[in-house]
Amino acid sequence: MTTLIRLFGEFFFIGLVSFGGGLATIPFLQNLAARTGWFTLAELADMIAVAESTPGPIGINMASYAGFGAAGVAGVVFATLGIVTPSVIVILIIARALSEFRASRDVEGAFSGLRPASCALITAVGIRLIRASLFAPEFDIKAAVLFALLIPATLKTKLHPLVFIAFSAAAGVIFGM
Amino acid sequence: MSETIRLAFVFARVGVMTFGGGYAMLPLLSRELVEKRAWLTEPEFADMTAVGQCTPGIIGVNMATYAGYKRAGVRGGVAATLGLVFPSAVIIALVAALLRGFADVPAVRHAFTGIRVAVCALVVKTAVSLLKSSVFGSSGGLRRVVPAVVFAAALALALFTNLHPAVLALASGAFGIAYSRLRAGK
Repeated sequence: MTTLIRLFGEFFFIGLVSFGGGLATIPFLQNLAARTGWFTLAELADMIAVAESTPGPIGINMASYAGFGAAGVAGVVFATLGIVTPSVIVILIIARALSEFRASRDVEGAFSGLRPASCALITAVGIRLIRASLFAPEFDIKAAVLFALLIPATLKTKLHPLVFIAFSAAAGVIFGM
Repeated sequence: MSETIRLAFVFARVGVMTFGGGYAMLPLLSRELVEKRAWLTEPEFADMTAVGQCTPGIIGVNMATYAGYKRAGVRGGVAATLGLVFPSAVIIALVAALLRGFADVPAVRHAFTGIRVAVCALVVKTAVSLLKSSVFGSSGGLRRVVPAVVFAAALALALFTNLHPAVLALASGAFGIAYSRLRAGK
């Protein structure tokens, strides 16, 4: 029981302090591994690979995986609930405050600045992802061809994103990417 | 009650189909929430991504809580979040228990190299549609120039500095407030 409560507490803390998505949790998990011995650094590398290659948000996957290693199925539940609880509390407070002050000129003003900036952050992520999957460690011609095929298809059609994911997974296996 | 359950199911479906993290979730969310169900408008969707990025925690969870709250209050926020994380927890528990060497299987590795390229294309698509609504969506003149400048400045800072996304988001929000006060004062 104490392990479960500790799992909840440790992941609550990680959820509270990691800004910017699942991969931002990695340094905290490394620290957690060193302090608790719940998993080794080699297992952390496996965790990242599994978290990235299974469906769901990466941070949730990492918490679930670490929780399972520490305390089995109950560990999965406590670690996952721990990491999402701070988000839920913070967002509910913000969402409520926003709808109360919706009419306020300042809220409108803040969002008029935030919208293009948020769009820029997503564009930057896109550029980094392209750099990492097409150009690192060296230019990958197969990936580039696949990307060139996908761009017009995603922009011009309303096909479900999963169609493109499945197609690309198949292409990866068939062409040994 | 039924609305809460529906929210949980919609987000569980998004959770199952998201490969590669919160940003890969954006095109799925935009399809489910904006295109298919019209639960959010394009600008509201942009607000959701902005709030998701500049608050602590996992972006996907933040966005789910926000969208769920907008739809059905506190209950909706909790239902959407639990829906989103449930499939992950189940799948990971299975994978961790059964297939420790899952990521080492060559076919799995090849498939994920392909999937990463698809994620790139999908993120580009999301950026393009957000760009259309939040930068080029406004009427002409200054209304269009100012967001374009904010976009360009934020993009340059995001690409060429190590500034935290939350810093950029807060700074652009503050700029927006200052600018709208300045205009109203004129």
